[in-house]
Amino acid sequence: MKEELRVDPTICSGHGLCAELLPELVTLDEWGYPIVTRGAVPRSLERHVRRAVTDCPALALKLLPVS
Amino acid sequence: MTYGTTVPHSAPFPGPQQGHTTRTGPAGSGSQSPGDLPRLLPVHGAVPVDLRTHLSRDAAPPYFGHSGKLIPVLKAAGLTGRGGAAFPVHRKLQAVAEARTQPVVIGNGAEGEPASDKDKSLLWISPHLVLDGLQLAAEAVGSQAVALYVHRNARLQERLRAAVAERSAARIDVVPVEIIDAPPRFLAGEESALASRISGQPAMPRFKPPRVFERGVVGRPTLVHNVETLAHIALIARYGPAWFRAAGTPKEPGSMLCTLHQADGQRDVVETELGTPLRDLLQLDGTQAVLSGGYHGAWLPAAEAARMTLSNEHLQAAGAFVGAGVLVGLPADRCGIAETARVARYLALESAGQCGPCFNGLPRIAAALDEVASPRPDPRAVTDMIRWAGLVEGRGACHHPDGTTRFVRSALHVFRDEIANHAEGRCVDPAREPFLPLPADSALDEADWN
Amino acid sequence: MNGITQSTALWYASRATGVVSLLLLTAVVLLGVLVNRQGRLPGLPRFVVTGLHRNLSLLGVAFVAIHVLTAVLDPYVTIRIVAIVVPLTSSYKPLWLGLGAISLDLVLALILTSLARARMSRRLWRSLHWLSYAAWVSALVHSLTSSTDLHSGVLLYLAIACSLAVVAAVIWRVAHAGREIPRAERAAATLAMMSPGSVPRSRGTPRDGARGRDPENVR
Repeated sequence: MKEELRVDPTICSGHGLCAELLPELVTLDEWGYPIVTRGAVPRSLERHVRRAVTDCPALALKLLPVS
Repeated sequence: MTYGTTVPHSAPFPGPQQGHTTRTGPAGSGSQSPGDLPRLLPVHGAVPVDLRTHLSRDAAPPYFGHSGKLIPVLKAAGLTGRGGAAFPVHRKLQAVAEARTQPVVIGNGAEGEPASDKDKSLLWISPHLVLDGLQLAAEAVGSQAVALYVHRNARLQERLRAAVAERSAARIDVVPVEIIDAPPRFLAGEESALASRISGQPAMPRFKPPRVFERGVVGRPTLVHNVETLAHIALIARYGPAWFRAAGTPKEPGSMLCTLHQADGQRDVVETELGTPLRDLLQLDGTQAVLSGGYHGAWLPAAEAARMTLSNEHLQAAGAFVGAGVLVGLPADRCGIAETARVARYLALESAGQCGPCFNGLPRIAAALDEVASPRPDPRAVTDMIRWAGLVEGRGACHHPDGTTRFVRSALHVFRDEIANHAEGRCVDPAREPFLPLPADSALDEADWN
Repeated sequence: MNGITQSTALWYASRATGVVSLLLLTAVVLLGVLVNRQGRLPGLPRFVVTGLHRNLSLLGVAFVAIHVLTAVLDPYVTIRIVAIVVPLTSSYKPLWLGLGAISLDLVLALILTSLARARMSRRLWRSLHWLSYAAWVSALVHSLTSSTDLHSGVLLYLAIACSLAVVAAVIWRVAHAGREIPRAERAAATLAMMSPGSVPRSRGTPRDGARGRDPENVR
């Protein structure tokens, strides 16, 4: 993919689904907020990434062009 | 606060570059010679410059008539933003000029940094240079919506409104200028917070992308320039790039305003060239450390600062940066850790509270610093602080966490001897008389961000 | 089957699927509150809570579809198709059936807006989603009044249990909303947690030497 996964921290309220659905790219810090790996999303994870983006209850995850 | 007179560079200034012609400005009007300082501030004393004096020294703003000529001139001059980020000015203008919808131009005078006085001083003393710059920038990007964003200071706002009215009556301004109120918050001057505030919401930063030059105030492409940057634009438009480059260094040309805090408590705004040695600006005898770049900047040991110049070339190599020109000399008889702890607490409370890592991490870092500033602190405080610093960096919507950790990390390094002192129950200044300036009020609720 | 037993079969099917629809809608409301409160079902990952909330709502619509179709097809009582979605157009118990139609309309709106969530403003989606409570209340009243099934026996206990559960969930939800710390106060709250008593409670007396802030104060 030519996009990377980003989290909008002003919307994120720490639900933590993203870390469950996408442990390859997301871990939670000690306060429950996601640490997202930067960089283009690997092809193999594309489906899981899209699911994480759709399933976030706060819609805080975004797929953006790699900066 | 005194207005310091200029601090000339002690070495002979380079003069016009080879291959550039020195222009004295359009048709014999305007009278600033290359290399001479002050440029932004008046030559004689801190008397506010009225419209007549402004016109007699610098003449009317040289409108370019939508020819697009201002942007290449600014590129040749190499002007970078004076709000702290030092981004090339012509690039911002170019990006907004290319926008497909009607852009907005904002002069950013919301000086949220408690240790900085230069923007409010410039607006008080030389508002017409700033207002000229606003008009020229608006012309360059084709904007009909222009505003000046300033803190809640009734007298300053009154003076600015009067200046705008006077220019309007004299038909100097092409686009009407609105004066917009900024809440007294550290982050109020952050670009996206500014865009939010002017759009009618609280002055809280937003996630990027999109950047404000793409979508800012009410979704329109927004050009945001620090008021000092606008003043420089106004002068470069008149006197040309070679004139601008006659001061400063080849890589970092021009002059800038600095707020100097001397160890004896004196606090001045001066205009100086980039590349000026720090020892020419601050009285370094009797200081232990220098803070460069304000409360998002970094501490330097005094001995190191004595070898440095006011340039990113030097300062960035030492982990600091020029920023908005705040330089503080910390006296040798103060506790650097206690000072850093006080400021860190202020920075934590100035968090907008939107991003989990920030409102969780910064208060914890501040509390840990308080611990380290006390006698015989818990040894875990430093390790915790470093872990938290690593957790917050880059994870906010704005650079508040990053700036705060830069400030704190530099303190842990520069004041490590004092930290060792505290571990043994000693402190260089047990009385803890505060030195670094902080505002008396803090934000208590959401309304304080409007 | 003859005409009468066919009719009875359809009628029973409608009543049975009606009960299941109410149970499913109750579960969806409870799960919705659980998602909002960042709670979990014991032992299960969080994405199960959101997944169930979503999938049970779709299952619920499926059951409601059968519930209304069997009711329309049942010749014993005349219910026009339009009454399924337009309230008060039924000749049989217009008000009580009308509440059912309202509930269905709201549920469909909730599902459609949630599918299009990414394309609308966050605030608009949230405001519309609050209608889920109205949908549940309409469904409950419709169930209690359209037939006497829920007035006795096991179904009565079921109705009471559903109501108590939703009331408890709403109280939990509202109590949290009342305690939620506004953004601008969050850092101060964290600081207070770290070192109690150190956060200023009132607009401070100037205890720091903030000099020279007035630009006019020049010497």
